[in-house]
This record gives sequence, structure tokens and C-alpha cells, in this order.
Amino acid sequence: MIQHLLDGILVGSILSLGAIGLTMVMHILRFANFSHAELLSIGAYVALVFDKMFKVTMPLMANEIGPLSMTWALILSIIVSMVFTAASAVLFDRLVFRRVREKGEELSMVFASFGLSLIVRNLIGLIFGLSTKLYSKDIVFATVLSRDPLLVVKLDQLATFTITLVLMLVIHIVLSRTTFGYSLRAVGENPELAQVNGINLQRTLIVVWIIGGGLAAVAGVFYGLNNQINPMIGRDLVLPVFAATIVGGIGSVYGALLGGIIVGLASNLALSILPSGYSPSVPFIIILAVLLIRPNGLFGEARA
Amino acid sequence: MPEIALEVRNIIAGYVPDLPILRGVSIKVKSGSLNVVIGPNGAGKSTLIKAIVGLVSISEGHVLLRGKEMYGIKPHLIASYGISYVPQIDNIFRTLTVRQNLELALRSSGKNANKRLTELLEKFPILSGKLKEKAGALSGGQRQFLAVAMALSTYPDIILMDEPSAGLAPKAAQEILEMLRDLTNSGVSILLIEQNVNQALRLADYCYILAEGRNQVDGKASELLNNSIVGEIYLGGKRLRAGA
Repeated sequence: MIQHLLDGILVGSILSLGAIGLTMVMHILRFANFSHAELLSIGAYVALVFDKMFKVTMPLMANEIGPLSMTWALILSIIVSMVFTAASAVLFDRLVFRRVREKGEELSMVFASFGLSLIVRNLIGLIFGLSTKLYSKDIVFATVLSRDPLLVVKLDQLATFTITLVLMLVIHIVLSRTTFGYSLRAVGENPELAQVNGINLQRTLIVVWIIGGGLAAVAGVFYGLNNQINPMIGRDLVLPVFAATIVGGIGSVYGALLGGIIVGLASNLALSILPSGYSPSVPFIIILAVLLIRPNGLFGEARA
Repeated sequence: MPEIALEVRNIIAGYVPDLPILRGVSIKVKSGSLNVVIGPNGAGKSTLIKAIVGLVSISEGHVLLRGKEMYGIKPHLIASYGISYVPQIDNIFRTLTVRQNLELALRSSGKNANKRLTELLEKFPILSGKLKEKAGALSGGQRQFLAVAMALSTYPDIILMDEPSAGLAPKAAQEILEMLRDLTNSGVSILLIEQNVNQALRLADYCYILAEGRNQVDGKASELLNNSIVGEIYLGGKRLRAGA
């Protein structure tokens, strides 16, 4: 039970990172972006490519960091991947969403995002193949925290959890202490009022895509590090990330943080009472429950 | 003869191409004057203000601020030219604190931001004690004060307000309108839309009546207030006289 709790929090924090970007985009652009999870996939694969490249070109970087399986090459790759994924998010907006936004309605955007996610998923499969890949082929042993009850944790998981917490803290400080953060929140709450208060809407939208893409890249790499990398990452994560967003309340970054942890916990705790095959249904149940009991989520507000 | 702060010349504007809501509206706002726009629902009052700040596209006509063309200027730049807009009801950021709202409005002020914040809090002491509160927790009247303080942050030539007294108790509505009257004494011009016709006309200098997207009547507020024909047709006749 405690093991499931621990795993739930660790997995949930990765979902939170994915959900932050999604909640911001859904709030500001007012559409359910089903292609957001593909950004996690792009992030994971871009890091994979650069990780291999850095390890070959700079052998020193192939050394593992302390007891982790993570290497300096991978850390550097994550940063490169954040830039690439953020650029992909901006590019998708330019090529697809902005054009649909100008002509169509929100529902058209939802369908466009569906189409885009299929294209991206299949392109990744076409380029990298459908087989699973790993950042490190070394066997990672879990550290035993307690023998009775048995409680084990992989140090990589702890490292990703710590980095996730640091990123969340940075986002919290930006949103609650800087005028830049206020302007992001202002655009989310009332775009028209934000504009007449001097906020450039187009520029803010680009920033939102960049933040969403960057965080999705980190989430994608961490997911790949703790599981495995395959072209179906987007398909597997779209529902949990959506559930995290809806539980937290669309538009609430803090809600997304908590939502991710709740979905992670629920999915893992379900393993102790349900056969593992049923675990993917948990996010569905959570979405249904939230929509029935508290349609605006934990931190969300009703809006016109 | 006071200078004209804002002139709207024969504008045609609307949300959808070929379906204009404003079909040739003209107004002139003198510096330091309080002007009110009234008219039935659907007359195009809110559209007029939104067209001036660039939120609704203008297909023909001119918007001149101190003689300078404002047509085509993006809404996020309009405040820096000297036009502030206070929308109806949703005119503050509810999830931000009062201080964050003000800091957001002041963020283009650079080094002068702190000085301007102090000035604004002196002008609106009611906000000083509420800086840490969420703006959404303020009363209706306090929200309007915050919205006006935000509008004033950029030292505007003119403030456009959409029904500042909407949803307020009569006393709070009166306070807001009187505060706006006082503001004009410092040289700021105000153009406001009001349903609270009786109160607004008593305080305003000039009044425009719109209907069906066109100018119908305009004149000094005091004259329109006593004009029984105008009162009968546009201001709900008996209600106006009963309140007078």
C-alpha cells in the first residue's frame, strides 16, 4: 500500500508537469488540446537522439551522475529537448491552431488537435520505429527504504521527483511574484481586459506554448527514464494528463500540480485492488467523478 | 474654447464584416469634460467604446486622439497612447490581489511605478487597506475604484467606461459617478455609457443619444435633462421626471 502511494506520487509528479502546459493552453486558447501529450513524446525522442549524440561526441559526458543511471549527457539533452519541443509547440500553433482559430470554432480546434496528434504519433513511429527504446540499458537497482513493509525506490525516480518539484517552485515564484507571471494569469482570466491593460496577446500565447512545450519535454524524458520510450507515449499519457488538468481545474497551475499527484496516486492505488489491466481506466473514472461532483475542478472557476 | 481630446468621426464598425452595428457615429469629447452616451439596448453604445480601443474593427471613419489618428492601433498599445478603457463588470482580474492588479497596470511605468502606485493609493485610500486581498473579494463599488485606479495608471487623456454603476447599490453608484466628475477636474476626459440616465445626466457636461447604431440627439446634459420630448422618447419620460 505504502509502496503504491510512493509510486503514485512519483508518477503523478510527471503527469503534473505535462498537465501544467495543457491547463494553460486550454484556459487561454479555450480548447481541449489532444495533441499536448504528443509533445511529451517529442520531448522523449529528441532527448534520446541528443543523448546518444552527446555520449559519442563527448565521452566524458557519458559518465553517470553518482548512483543514478542518468548521465550528464542526458541532462544536457533534456535542455536541448525543451528548446526543440517548445519550438515544435509554437510551430504547431503557427501551422495548425492559429489558422483554425482564425476561421473555425473551438470544436474545430479540438478535431485539429486530434488530427495533429495522429500525424505526430505516426511520424515518430515512421522515423524511430515502433520498438521500445531506453536512455540507459544498464540495470538500475532499486534502493530498499524498508524491508517490512517492503518499500523500494529507484534513485532515478527520486531525482526526477526533485527536479519536478524545483520546476514547480520556479513556476510558482514566476506566477506569484513577477509582473510577467501576473500577465500570464491575467490573459488566462480575461484576454480582452489584459489587452487593454497593455498585454500583447499574441506574444503571451507564444510564451504559453513555449512553457507548455518545455515542461512537456521534461515530463516526456522523465517518463521515458522511469518506463520506456515508444511512439505510444502520447496515446498512453493523453488521458492521465487530461484527468490531472480537469481534476485541478482548467487554468489553475496549482490545480494541475495537485491533479497530477491525485491521478498518479489513484492509478497506483487501484493496482492494489484491481487487476493491472484495469489501471488505465482509473483516469476515466476520475474525470467522470470530477465532472459530476465539481465540474470546475478543485481550483477552477466557473467562467462565461 | 477647450481642446478636443477625442473625436470619433462617422465610424462604421461591427463584429462581423458587412454587418455593421455602428452605422456612422460621431462624437467629440472636450478636454476635462464628462460625457455620457445613452440609448436603448442594442444601440451600439458598448460597440462604440470597443471600436475606439480597437477591440471591434472599424471599416470606415476616423478616431482621433488630440488630432492624431488612432485607427489600426492594436488594443494592447492603445493605453500607451492615452486612451484607457474600463469594461463593464469584469474590469479587474479577480484571481490577482489588488496590489497585483495595480502592478500589472503599472508595469510599463518602469522606475516611476512605485511613485505612481503611491499617488493612486492616495487618490483611492479605500484600496490601501486591501492590497493583499484578492480583487474578486472586493465589493462592487471597490472593484470600480480599483478599475479606475488601473485605468489612471498610465496618465490617460481620456477614460472610456462601460456602465460603471451597473449592478451597484444606488449609493455606491452615486459615489462612483461623483468620483468620475472629480477626476475631470484634474484634466482627464471621460466618456461613459450609462443606464443610470438620471444620475449621469445631472453630473455630465455633454450627452449623446444613440439608437440603431446612429447618433440621434446630442447636447448639453443639463438641456437634455429638461427636454421633455427627448425624455419622453429616449429616457423613459415619466421615470425621468419622477426622479427629477
